[in-house]
Amino acid sequence: MLLAALLVFASCGGGLPQSSTSDSTAPPSGTITVFAASSLTDAFRRVGDQLTSRYPGAHISFNFGSSSTLATQIVNGAPADVFASADDVNMRKVTAAGLVDGSATVFATNRLQIAVAPGNPKGIASLADLARRDLVVVLAAPSVPAGTYALEALDKAGVTLVPASQELDVRAVLNKVALGEADAGIVYVTDVMSAARRVTGVDIPEGQQVVARYPVATLRDSRNQRLSSLFVRFLLGPDGQRVLDSLGFARP
Amino acid sequence: MRSEPIPRPFALLAVLAAALFLLPLAGLLVRFPWAEAVGALTSPEILTAAGLSLVTSLSATALSILLGVPLAMVYARAQFPGLRVVRALTTLPMVLPPVVGGVALLVAFGRRGIVGQFLDSSFGIRIPFTTTAAVLAATFVAMPFLVLTVEAGLRSMDRRYEEAARSLGAGRWMVFRRVTLPLVAPSLYAGAVLCWARALGEFGATITFAGNVPGSTQTLPLAVYLALETRPEAAIALSLVLLLLSLVVLVALRDRYLPTS
Repeated sequence: MLLAALLVFASCGGGLPQSSTSDSTAPPSGTITVFAASSLTDAFRRVGDQLTSRYPGAHISFNFGSSSTLATQIVNGAPADVFASADDVNMRKVTAAGLVDGSATVFATNRLQIAVAPGNPKGIASLADLARRDLVVVLAAPSVPAGTYALEALDKAGVTLVPASQELDVRAVLNKVALGEADAGIVYVTDVMSAARRVTGVDIPEGQQVVARYPVATLRDSRNQRLSSLFVRFLLGPDGQRVLDSLGFARP
Repeated sequence: MRSEPIPRPFALLAVLAAALFLLPLAGLLVRFPWAEAVGALTSPEILTAAGLSLVTSLSATALSILLGVPLAMVYARAQFPGLRVVRALTTLPMVLPPVVGGVALLVAFGRRGIVGQFLDSSFGIRIPFTTTAAVLAATFVAMPFLVLTVEAGLRSMDRRYEEAARSLGAGRWMVFRRVTLPLVAPSLYAGAVLCWARALGEFGATITFAGNVPGSTQTLPLAVYLALETRPEAAIALSLVLLLLSLVVLVALRDRYLPTS
């Protein structure tokens, strides 16, 4: 008897969200997977939490990684609903494969900073200092956006250096500095803010800066276009932008 | 030998199981970039990565033999309180996610690690981001395969040969070298090949502990991973090469590690 009641209850619960997706006035529901650059980890988790607390029937799962890895995964058929890249190059790979629904929109920009140990014990003041021989410096690999940007910035500053390691994504660079394995790494301003107690940021002057632009797009093969476009609208709207502002991103 | 009847559902599931392994292999073969393969496989960075993989995996195997055979001997023959716990802990890397192993290695041998701190301040030795780190990471994940295989060999060997040699006046070292070692040689061989294959494929602990440094820690698996993003055809070509290499390992071990009778 109890079992039967449970079964009825369960089947109602399961049936409800499905019927609501076809009804455009009902609250959005279902699940989407957002593929996002690893530098967006904190921002997107927070945006996702806000969105799902407003629409309890909606579930958002994330796949964070380097934009180039994510683009490769999407082009090879990974089931993504939304893609947010840390550069235009990787968004173009997905667009060129005909997988973007509509077009991509830039929703945030980011700047570079030198991450050093808390309190900057090695006295690192500029990109030029990174060439010092007593320092262990790590960068992101040139195949990921943060690595390309770092090389551009070093180039503008006229600095050549051989990194101790070329990490697979920008969060790995941050972690190597936070763990004390590296003395410095070039990361995004937002990465330094997210690890404020574990690293200190050293500013890079305007003339050597590289501005990263973050485009976002819903993907054509999404099984839940409604929730996907809601996520993008939320991100571009005042709530999403407030979260991005608070974490150190700038507006496009 | 006549085939025995297999229940139909079993046959169906068995086909599915085999397909899980055969389809990815077929995919690599179908997509194999014949035209670009030679160029991709002989590009300088791939050759550097291949050479480095050979060096690190063979060094890890040598280190595993040097340290692992004595450890296997202790596990097979010694008895002291806590032995089982130690044995379990040293086989942990076989089931541990390799990235976790990499983090553990950093905490031990990193610049601020419990041992690494001392190495840095006293001798100026820094392990992370060096080939030593890549060898250490590979040894960490691969040595248990050798230890367990050699231990099994030691347990199953006939101890009477050793006793006979001892009664004829042979010393401990002589007995080990002339009697024990030849008797466990098949297990040692199988263990070393398994260990080498595991070391060759190591990715997670290496990227976490040793980083990605072309020429000193960027081994073939790391090169494949990075190539997939920029030059997918090189990644596919390399994947097939590594797969064929693994196949050779399995065939070489067929009789020794997996006795047919």
